Amino acid sequence: MPMSPTNPPLLTRKELDAQLGGAARAWLDEALAEAEHSAAHQDTEQPGGPYAAPSWELRYAAAGRYCGLEHADSVRALLLIEARAALPALTRLYEQGTAAERHAVLLTLHRLDLGPTALPLVEDALRTNDTRLVAAAVGPYGAAHLDPHNWRHAILKCLFTGVPVDAVDGLARRARGDAELARMLGDFAAERIAAGRSVPTDLTRVLELTTPGAAAPTEES
Amino acid sequence: MRIFDPHIHMTSRTTDDYQAMYDAGVRALVEPSFWLGQPRTSPASFFDYFDALLGWEPFRAAQYGIAHHCTLALNPKEANDPRCVPVLDALPRYLVKDSVVAVGEIGYDSMTPAEDTALAAQLQLAADHELPALVHTPHRDKLAGLHRTLDVIRESHLSPERVLLDHLNETTVKDALDSGCWAGFSIYPDTKMDEDRMIAILRIHGTERILVNSAADWGRSDPLKTRKVGDAMLAAGFGDDDVDQVLWRNPVAFYGQSGRLQLGVAAPDPLHEGNSILRGGE
Repeated sequence: MPMSPTNPPLLTRKELDAQLGGAARAWLDEALAEAEHSAAHQDTEQPGGPYAAPSWELRYAAAGRYCGLEHADSVRALLLIEARAALPALTRLYEQGTAAERHAVLLTLHRLDLGPTALPLVEDALRTNDTRLVAAAVGPYGAAHLDPHNWRHAILKCLFTGVPVDAVDGLARRARGDAELARMLGDFAAERIAAGRSVPTDLTRVLELTTPGAAAPTEES
Repeated sequence: MRIFDPHIHMTSRTTDDYQAMYDAGVRALVEPSFWLGQPRTSPASFFDYFDALLGWEPFRAAQYGIAHHCTLALNPKEANDPRCVPVLDALPRYLVKDSVVAVGEIGYDSMTPAEDTALAAQLQLAADHELPALVHTPHRDKLAGLHRTLDVIRESHLSPERVLLDHLNETTVKDALDSGCWAGFSIYPDTKMDEDRMIAILRIHGTERILVNSAADWGRSDPLKTRKVGDAMLAAGFGDDDVDQVLWRNPVAFYGQSGRLQLGVAAPDPLHEGNSILRGGE
């Protein structure tokens, strides 16, 4: 997983197939078939014992070794979607996952039918100081479901930890007219100035977005 | 001088240590899971620790340009506590993780029946997961402990070239090397081995299949001992290639048997004024 705290776009199955070698494609076929099987038998099959894992979840962990670390997020996202991963499986994969595995869960949440139920995972990521997880937590799912208080603190966390606010999905839309966010940013800037430190350029940028009527929504990705 | 510390407990170390290690030439390390000084009382406590070795600690290391890998296991000391033994059932879930390059530290502490069981079970887990094993040799009754360890390894499905016997000294090095296993030496300020004794061992036994580590942890220890051994080797007349073999190529060859080493960590990001390692900056 790259150290840069941004979220590169995930590849589709078709794009992956074009880039993977034969052995990796065959591995991915099998892994997706296992995930699909799991989705079809969600109500009947339970893993044996508290620590047992369905085979597709073990594939989820090993994805980078078979398809290349640069494709691990994309492959893991496909597996989650194919398995129609529900909250218990997502929580298990997140809680027992490496930072890279957690990252892929966070990036995929908005593509699963979860409503706001997976917010605890996003909130957990926002409590970490791992900038890759913080960046993934402010993606589309966080933008859709974080309440105003937690969303504003997520923005501050990005500014504190050096996560570029480009990682924040829906930034202009949610920031527009947010007087409380503007106050928090102003206080933070004052604190920086009082300490003789520079104000992050991203802070100024977000502050401008809080003006009512600012920034066309077409800026958003 | 490029250095791979094959055994160091970074969870117990500070960012100053990471910086000093980088400055001394350390570019990669392996952090084995072990006892924390304070006994654990449940598997959940192990899982939080494993998560740190798989998440937070590699992140910290990468900020200082150091590649971080780990070995996971139920350690010998806590294998004696029935409250902790269920960790063995959960290990398969963790041994598939990308940065796990061996099962370890396993081995003997007091040579009890519970330790026999945990050692044999975890050597089998290593074989099942195509991972090598990092085997701690006991501090008390070390030579007898080494012989008992070798017996268990011979009965296992893991071949000796996939086993690293650690914390060796003058009394155990010959039998360890004769077994076909790799030989690890922990260099400490007071206990275990020191630099001069290490040089003497290298003179007698050569540089093949020999690894040197700092095993730095929460006790009195020094994360720069690997570099100090490199300097002592050069001062004693060993060449740069000998130093590179012991401090880089041997650990890469041993842990590389996992197929999971990723040694290309990007240089530290200069843009880290607001870095989270600076405690949310400031």
